[in-house]
Amino acid sequence: MKITGPSLPIAPGKIAPPIAPGVPSTGGADFLTTKLDVAVQWAQSNSLWPMPFGTACCAIEFMSVVSSHYDLARFGAEVVRFSPRQADLLIVAGTVVDKLAPVLKKIYDQMSEPKWVISMGVCACTGGFYRAYHVVQGVDEIVPVDVYVAGCPPTPENLILGIMMLQKKIQSGELARHREAKTFVPIRVGEDPVTAIPAYSNAVMAHVPGRHALPGMPPSAEDEATPGGKREMDAEIAAARGRENP
Amino acid sequence: MAPPKGLEFLPVLEKNLGGRVTAREGLAADVPTLVTDAASLHETARFLRDDPAAAYDLFLDLASADLSRLPGAQAPKTGERFQANYILYSTKRNAHLRLKVNLPEKEPSVPTLTDVWPAANWFEREAWDLMGIDFKGHPNQKRLLTHGGFVGHALRKDYDAKQRWLCTEEDLLQTELAAQTDEPSDMFETTTLNFGPSQPATHGTLRIVMRLDGETIVAAESECGYLHRCFEKMSEAHTYSQVFPYTDRLNYCSPMLNNNGYARAIESLLGVTPPPRALAVRTILGEFSRVMDHLVCLAANLVDIGGLTNFWYAYQPREEIYSLLEACSGARLTVSYGRIGGLAKDVPGNFVPWCREIIKGTRERISDVETLVTRNKIVWNRFRGTGVVTKEQALAWGFTGPCLRASGVPFDLRKDQPYEWYGEVDFDVPVMTEGDNYARYLVRVEEMKQSLRIIEQILDKLPGGPVRSDDYRVILPPKEMVYNEMEALIYHFKLVFEGVKVPPGEIYSATEGANGELGFSVISDGSGFPYRLKVRPPCFPLFAAFEKIIKGGMVSDAVATLGLLNIIAGELDR
Repeated sequence: MKITGPSLPIAPGKIAPPIAPGVPSTGGADFLTTKLDVAVQWAQSNSLWPMPFGTACCAIEFMSVVSSHYDLARFGAEVVRFSPRQADLLIVAGTVVDKLAPVLKKIYDQMSEPKWVISMGVCACTGGFYRAYHVVQGVDEIVPVDVYVAGCPPTPENLILGIMMLQKKIQSGELARHREAKTFVPIRVGEDPVTAIPAYSNAVMAHVPGRHALPGMPPSAEDEATPGGKREMDAEIAAARGRENP
Repeated sequence: MAPPKGLEFLPVLEKNLGGRVTAREGLAADVPTLVTDAASLHETARFLRDDPAAAYDLFLDLASADLSRLPGAQAPKTGERFQANYILYSTKRNAHLRLKVNLPEKEPSVPTLTDVWPAANWFEREAWDLMGIDFKGHPNQKRLLTHGGFVGHALRKDYDAKQRWLCTEEDLLQTELAAQTDEPSDMFETTTLNFGPSQPATHGTLRIVMRLDGETIVAAESECGYLHRCFEKMSEAHTYSQVFPYTDRLNYCSPMLNNNGYARAIESLLGVTPPPRALAVRTILGEFSRVMDHLVCLAANLVDIGGLTNFWYAYQPREEIYSLLEACSGARLTVSYGRIGGLAKDVPGNFVPWCREIIKGTRERISDVETLVTRNKIVWNRFRGTGVVTKEQALAWGFTGPCLRASGVPFDLRKDQPYEWYGEVDFDVPVMTEGDNYARYLVRVEEMKQSLRIIEQILDKLPGGPVRSDDYRVILPPKEMVYNEMEALIYHFKLVFEGVKVPPGEIYSATEGANGELGFSVISDGSGFPYRLKVRPPCFPLFAAFEKIIKGGMVSDAVATLGLLNIIAGELDR
């Protein structure tokens, strides 16, 4: 990144290290110059307020991460908030099932920008080994994910690595840029950054083929191809629902 | 002919019902079984509860099954398809019983037993939801674990395991239910409070809708299913050995106890006994898991009521036990350490001194927590006299484990039906009679101390020898044998590709989990996959009763009560 601003007085023979990425050292002077964006990103990345959306085993490991032994406070992310209005990092820790999916979506929508999502554990990433009738096969069906953390559950070190990777992403400013363009670039912990991911707007609630979408969502390609078929199926489903849910 | 052992009341029952109840022969390790029909179920149930020679006062489980794919001699009669298995327990006689009803393929229906055992309520709702058995006269028969947008009954054999249904916000619990309660005319105004599922005190996935008059709860309805991960359907698609990782994630605060319970069920079905060292290690790690479970219960609950310091204290021993489990099994939390016929591998060389060190540290931390909490004025005010459950209520609602013992019933499977090494060690079962939150807290603290006592005694006489059975039909042979002997290679191949072949049969096997009786009802069809696996989750009746316990109390008391009932969503919803 090109550093802008006036040249700084540095004692001859000394090379002062930068204070933070994009923030040059002042060489002992009591001021610094930088770009506003860089300063804001630096501050944001080091004061993440996580909201744990803990559902299952991963939530227990998340508790380990914030407790004294692993101490997430060292990474500036210890202010755990249970209100989405007060948080900027959503950590989805644990399996999300179909019944919980609308709740997760609502909580994500309630968070104010800027916001980031970490998907903790394989259930949140892909559904894990629950390839079953009631389990969301990855929370990226519902919310855009910035960092996927693998493991079942991930070790505390792995989650900390995920948070550090997110900090890097925030500092690079890459994330905000991509959200404007309705795309996002997730990173898998332990892998190279993956770039080929479909646009977020289309990925919301990628639902089971042949089933109707959420109200307000664009119809799926399959629904559009067979408009008559969809209506018939809906009537049939509605009848079955009436029978089984008195 | 003399009645079978444990069923001495049978002649009277047969006389009353005119031959519509029969005893059925089963495995020696299985619980005694009575078969009846839907028409006489209600009368039989009343007799079993009320007759002093039967006295089955605790309703434990309802294991429904779809028999349509069973082969050969096990296949159901023409026109029959479903089965309801009621598991009962008598605290007076220390005896289990299975009451079996066969049901037709078309419109399977039985009368509800909620008026005999109130605990049956949620179990019947679950059976309706997942198996489609209709319970005539049930007060509130609607879906429990799946959502309102769901179509079909997922545990039926013709339901595709991958078929999902989209859930929208309208499909969740209808909130007008809380508003439908009768309001006395002198009540000024009531409000509805939605509590959860994303509420810190519900720890993720429980939901309660409360009707409040000021801060007093006048009506409440709890809902679960927000973590229904289809354990039972998944286990039908995996071999017996592959189910172990799934059992870890039932009660994820004490995975080793689930491993032990599942392994014991399958071993009883197979008639295999693991070597004594394996049983001893299972007991030790199981008791450590119980300590961990109680610690996380107390830590999280004390955070909920505002005592954050205890959380840091209580989590330190957990970390140390995690390290031990990691050294044994390779995983901190989800250990998958049990195997049918033993353990995955032997424990590390420094196991005994390491355990002793952990015991010492854990005792200190428990004592720290006790110093802060036990005689704390705030804790007294919050815990004493709140969330009271009487002995009669606890039995009627199907409580087991620490919550039942806090209400004055000294029922502990480790003592009453000893398994593993529990018969050979000396320990006490703490019992309180108050039944309030403080009693539950004290019982949990004392149980941790007793667990450490059990571990110390077993460490003193930890036997040597192998930790894996030498019956290679059920457990993988050692690698050097596989590479050098033809027979071992064949066993290895068969086990990996076909799984453990469990003989056809049925079993209910129970162990004492951290929250109460953890039961596994298994039906085997002779293949390498469980035909039907039903878990009796200890939390399920506790959470079913929660809405009744909190009625009339304050919202803040409900938080304290919820924490001390220790509802673990993984085993509640499975």
